Amino acid sequence: MPEVQIRKRLLLVEEIFHEGGPVADKPLRRAAALAVIGNPYAGRYVEKIEGFMDDLKPLGLEMARSLVTALDGDPSVVEGYGKGAIIGSAGELEHGALWHVPGGYGMREVLGGAKAIVASTKKVGGPGTRLDIPITHINASYVRSHFDAMEVGIADAPRADEILLALVMTTGARIHARVGGLKASEVKGEDGLR
Amino acid sequence: MKASMRAKIRKITTFVEETVTEMEQGVDPPTRRAAAVAVIENPYAGQYVQDLSELMAIGEDLGELLTQRAVAALGIAGPSAESYGKAAAVGENGEIEHAAAILHPKLGTPVRRVLGKGAALIPSSKKRGGPGLALDIPLGHKDAAFVRSHFDGMEVRISDAPRANEIMVAIAVTDSGRPLPRVGGLTKDQIKGEDGLR
Repeated sequence: MPEVQIRKRLLLVEEIFHEGGPVADKPLRRAAALAVIGNPYAGRYVEKIEGFMDDLKPLGLEMARSLVTALDGDPSVVEGYGKGAIIGSAGELEHGALWHVPGGYGMREVLGGAKAIVASTKKVGGPGTRLDIPITHINASYVRSHFDAMEVGIADAPRADEILLALVMTTGARIHARVGGLKASEVKGEDGLR
Repeated sequence: MKASMRAKIRKITTFVEETVTEMEQGVDPPTRRAAAVAVIENPYAGQYVQDLSELMAIGEDLGELLTQRAVAALGIAGPSAESYGKAAAVGENGEIEHAAAILHPKLGTPVRRVLGKGAALIPSSKKRGGPGLALDIPLGHKDAAFVRSHFDGMEVRISDAPRANEIMVAIAVTDSGRPLPRVGGLTKDQIKGEDGLR
């Protein structure tokens, strides 16, 4: 099994008070944890890569924990989540797909049974590439107020033989959400959708 | 946040970056740096105003708030900080001079109060631009500007800021210099700390 080699981490926390409308009683907070790791498969085609997912699990858990800590340490404040990856140019998109299981596992483990699929995106790119990570409600994908996205990136990453991995958690709806649809208060929480 | 805050803040973003390896060399202890960035309303957007004292006052408030946020993000006591820097980006309806009014007259004193010391000039940069622009915050040792291992810069950006009538104000604080410094010069253990330079 290849070892996970971390070059750097970035933790980003946003606290949003308003966006031109009334100042919210409770600011919306959104946090992103990023890790830049070596891509063990860079520069060549490797058929069997699945094993790396297990190697990434401790990192997924660590990143998920760092997000909860950044949002004040209580998992119950987390209402939205998402994940993403940027693969350096000597890798392939499929290498980013290795993040689905360990990234999702880490967040569910820390949040204790979130039901909705974790929205995700990925791409191949160079240093400074920006990634818009989609965000949805943790228990019901259709909660319209929680559809959101957070742009992340690091000036010097990913290098060609690296992968930038990202997890995102938020504490609520868009700051001035008012386009109707399923509300967080109406979630049944049975199927992860509604 | 203090009720007396004079800036109209839309959002605050903090970044903490930790480098653990570089070119396959372990960085031990890891280098860590934090930036706290406030996105505020520009009270002078769209007009020429001669007296910029309102922005100077805002700079004083943000100097304290953002330094506290950056230090808290690093999880260190203020005096443990090693280097610092500041920067501002003005939205398209403002002037570069608005950035200068925030950064230069009054912002430094509260920064130094939070960090305990800070004999050196706080390196700075400023620019005007649209949402998502990259702001490079220069970094230098807080007590001796010539400490070569701590010359650095940190890029920050926020995808939706600054809007036309906004200003992004950033303060960066580190507990370390570059990951693998090896270009000589004054080192931090040689600091005399008398003039802010050496």
